[in-house]
Formats: sequence, C-alpha cells, structure tokens
Amino acid sequence: MKNTLLKSLGAALLASTLAVGFAAAEKVKVSVTAIVEHPALDAARDGVKDALAEAGFKDGENLTFVYESAQGNPATAAQIARQFIGDAPNVIVPISTPSAQAVAAATSDIAIVFTAVTDPLGAQLVSDMEKPGANITGLSDMSPVGEHIALVREVLPELKTLGVIYNPGEANSVSLVNALKAEAEKAGVEVRESTAIKSSDVQQAARALVGKVDAVYVPTDNTIVSALEAAIAVGEQNALPIFSGDTDSVTRGTVASIGFNYYDIGKQTGAVVARILKGEKPGDIAVSIASGTDLVVNPSAAGRMGVELPEGLVSRANKVIE
Amino acid sequence: MSAIAFWGAVELGLIFAFVSLGVYLTFRILDFPDLTVDGSFPLGAAVAAVLIINGVNPWLATMAAFFAGGCAGLVTAFLNVRFGILHLLASILTMIALFSVNLRVMGRPNVALLMQDTVLTPFLKLGLHPTYMRPLFLLMLVLVALVLLALFLRSNFGLAMRAAGSNPRMARAQGVNVGFHIFTGVALSNALVGLGGALFAQINGFADVTTGVGTIVVGLAAVIVGETLLRGRFIWVALIGCIVGSILYRIAVQLALSADVIGLKASDLNLATAVLVALALILPKLRRGKTT
Repeated sequence: MKNTLLKSLGAALLASTLAVGFAAAEKVKVSVTAIVEHPALDAARDGVKDALAEAGFKDGENLTFVYESAQGNPATAAQIARQFIGDAPNVIVPISTPSAQAVAAATSDIAIVFTAVTDPLGAQLVSDMEKPGANITGLSDMSPVGEHIALVREVLPELKTLGVIYNPGEANSVSLVNALKAEAEKAGVEVRESTAIKSSDVQQAARALVGKVDAVYVPTDNTIVSALEAAIAVGEQNALPIFSGDTDSVTRGTVASIGFNYYDIGKQTGAVVARILKGEKPGDIAVSIASGTDLVVNPSAAGRMGVELPEGLVSRANKVIE
Repeated sequence: MSAIAFWGAVELGLIFAFVSLGVYLTFRILDFPDLTVDGSFPLGAAVAAVLIINGVNPWLATMAAFFAGGCAGLVTAFLNVRFGILHLLASILTMIALFSVNLRVMGRPNVALLMQDTVLTPFLKLGLHPTYMRPLFLLMLVLVALVLLALFLRSNFGLAMRAAGSNPRMARAQGVNVGFHIFTGVALSNALVGLGGALFAQINGFADVTTGVGTIVVGLAAVIVGETLLRGRFIWVALIGCIVGSILYRIAVQLALSADVIGLKASDLNLATAVLVALALILPKLRRGKTT
C-alpha cells in the first residue's frame, strides 16, 4: 500500500512538472502572493494586473500572471515562496509584510517588488529606501505625510508651525510623527508635538497647541481619531484649522486630507514591475511611499475653523463634504 | 512542481516534524489532546527572534525557545492536573493567552530576522546550494531529536509515561505518578514545538504573531498520515512515521498549490490540501479492502 501511494504521488509530481514546463514559452511571468484574501489586498493584486496591462503586458498574451494566497498561514506563505522561486518568474510581487519576508528569505536573485508593507526598513526587506540594492524594491503603504504637509501649505501658504497630536504609546503613530518631522524639515516647517495617552486627554492636548501653531495635523492614530470631535471643537472655538491623515475623518469635520486606496497602491506597484520587466534593476529603483490619490475636502468645516479653501483645491477634490 | 518547490516542501515538512513529534507525544502517548501548540510554535519563534536581534547567540536563542515552549506546556499541564480543568479547555486557555504573551515578547506583531546571523548561517557558507543545505541541516536536527526521543521513550521513565497515557488507573496502581508524567510529557511536547517555531523564524527570516494558526491541524494530520503509512510495534517506527507524515503533508500542500493547472483557484488551496490528505488516508484502506 505504501508503494501505491508513493507511486501516485510520484505520478502527480511528474504531471505537474510537465505541466509547468509546458506553459513556459516566450512570455514574461509575474507571480503574486498575498498572506490572505482580504478586500484591500485583493484590490492591490488587481491594481498590479491592470497596471501591467496598461504597460503592455497582458495576461494570457505576453504575460503569465500567477496568484497564490497563503490563506492566513505564514507557513504556507513560506511554501508559496519556495514554489515561486522554483518556477523562476521574472518578478515576484509579495503583498503584505510576512509574504514579503518569506519571499525575501527564499531568494537573492529573482526580482522582488513588495507592496502594502508599512515599514520596509523595520521588516528588514531593505536597508536603504533610496538605494535598496540587491534584488528587491517595492512600495510602502505608509501615510503620505509629505503630501499632507503640502496640502496644509496649499490651504495656508503662510504655514510656519504645524502642531501634531498623537499617542506616544502607538508604535505606528511614533513612526508617522518621525516621518512627519523629516518631511516638515525639508519643507521648512516647524513641528510642535502634543501628546494624549487616552482619548479623554485629546481635548487638553489640542488646547495646548492653541496660539502656538498655524494648523494641527492628526495622524492615523487610533486614540486621537476615536476622540476626534474633541480636537475639532477646540479648532472651531479658536479658529485653528485641523487636518487629518485619513480621509474618513474629513467627513467628521477636519479640513481636508489625501488618502489612497489599495487598488491605486497596486497600480503604482504594477508600474514598478513593468519597469523591471523592461530591463531596469530592482536594486536601482528607490522604495517609494504610496502616493495619495483621493483628495477629500470639507469647505464648511474649513469655514468654521476660519480658513477658506482655495478654488483650485475644491475643484480638484475627488470628494467634497457639504 | 519544480525541484526547488519540492525541496522547499521537504524543508518545511522537516521543520514541522518537530511539531508532529510533539503532537505525537501528547495526542498518542499521553492521550492528551493539546491545542497549546498553536501558541507555543509562535512563542518559540518570538523568543528566538527577539533574543537574536538583541545579539544572543542563535543556538542559545534556539535553546531558550525550546524552554519557553516547555513552560507553555507546563501551564497547560498545571491547569489540567492541579485544577482538574478538562485537558482540551486547559490547552485552549493557554493557547489564547499565548497570543497576548507573544505580542508582549516581540513588542510588535512582526520581528524580522532577514539580516541577522541564524543557526543556519555557518552551514550556508559550506558551499552547498541553500535549496539543498536547508533541508539537509534540518534533517540532521530532526534525526538527533528522533534518536533522543526514541531513547527517552524506551527508558524506564519513558515506559512509565507511556503506561500513564495508555492506562492511567493501572499505572497509578503500579506506583506511577501520572500527574508528574503529564507535566513532563506536555512540557516536552511544547518544547519541541517551540524549537520548531524557532527554526521556522530563523529559516524564513521572520517571527510573526499569526504563525501559529493551524499548527495543531498540521501536527495531527502528519501524525495520522504517518501512522497510516508506517505501522509497526516499535516506538521508533511511529516516530519516523511522524516525520514522514509531516513531509507528505507539505508535499500535499505543494501539489495543491500546483493544482491551478487543473482549474483550481488560489482560494481553493485549503480544500485541495484537505482532499489530498484525506486521499492519503483513504487509499491504503481501499487497497486493503480489495485484497481481503
């Protein structure tokens, strides 16, 4: 009985090897894997596929597009990584941090373009965002704080100091504030921090900034966003405009924000994949932070906080909250 | 399936052989269904990863992961033996608690080891391609564990443990301290699983808090596939069965991954894996049915 099983396994092995060998023609191959099926990650995958089609790589014509999901299991992610390395595609696109780490651990020569990884440095995927070197590059889905500063400046051209309210206990917020400070320095803006450990401290933290800053920025911080109305009330009473890092908060009464959706992240990733398929080396392409595509503005909230939104900004917005 | 994918499956199978040996110890020897492994596998990964990024020698870190897994097992055994909580529930309680403990240990959901030296690093410098070096290295470790475990289970102490599992009342009448053997067995089982987690983290370059999902399922499937294929009266045959079962399970996953060819979608992976494992269990029985 043992023999039968081994034989049937062997036959299946042979069959699948043949099938894989058969499919390999003159096409390029892109293998995509995500840690789990999830609306955001699936959208990223579809974005990659559509961007490749726009760049002239069509699935089924001159492109073989392979997708595997680890169904939430990192051990399966490691196995998918081995499977992909064995298939030797032109580019592997791992979506999410564990998938990217599994693929990065499995190969040092096949090109990797990771995506939807918030902190590629912390995940040790690259040691330098500008010059990743080796066989890897990708896209980070960190909040585009640089674009947020530019947005505040577009509304307030005289911007000198920007306040930020956050919870120092949230690792994600700390890295966002660090990124904000780095971008602000480039833009010549001074950042004033005000912290709130719990949501009941938010109002006090916002008041502490009144009179010291030209505008307040609320990053995607769970503590602050959950008590956002407290900060907005302070802004309205003191004519201090409040901006947010996420677009949902604009509906609740912040002035404006730029966000992204995962389909756009996928498209930006696909564009990088296309560059590699056309001959560029992944190590020469800087790891980029996903750029915002959804501009949401709230002119009436802006009015209550004593600012008027520029005409151009409102007409450019994807969504205007009335 | 390419050669790299095949050896990748063997490699993962060998890592999970530590899990199936551990599960065999609780599930078969002690008759103690233990779900703690879903927590002790990532615990081992977390402990090893955190120690390594803090500059501890990788072998010491791996040993620490072994002991951390053992401690997790002790908690389950303590809840069961001391307070009489049903073994299944005791292990579920430890398992869910370990999720928080693992987050505490790592301080974040994911710790990367892609740029650190691990137990594997010196071996990769020997010249053999990593595709073959990784499974070879793991095979050595698994064989060491196999020999030690077989010796342990054949010692007087091990025999008493097997007696305590198969007939506790009888064992007690013979002067065997059943509670003590549950402590030792469950701790040893989870220590092995923790060791597997530590190796997984080092070889795949990361420890992630979600790594434990379904560990018990994989371990049990491996034990049962192994039992079905290798039958024998000797304990070492059963232990080898666990290792073979673990590798075959991974090969089944690999076949399921390659099944896109016959029109299955990525989302069918777990279904295809389950069908293949079920076939591995059913086929020998069908065959036997025909011959008799």
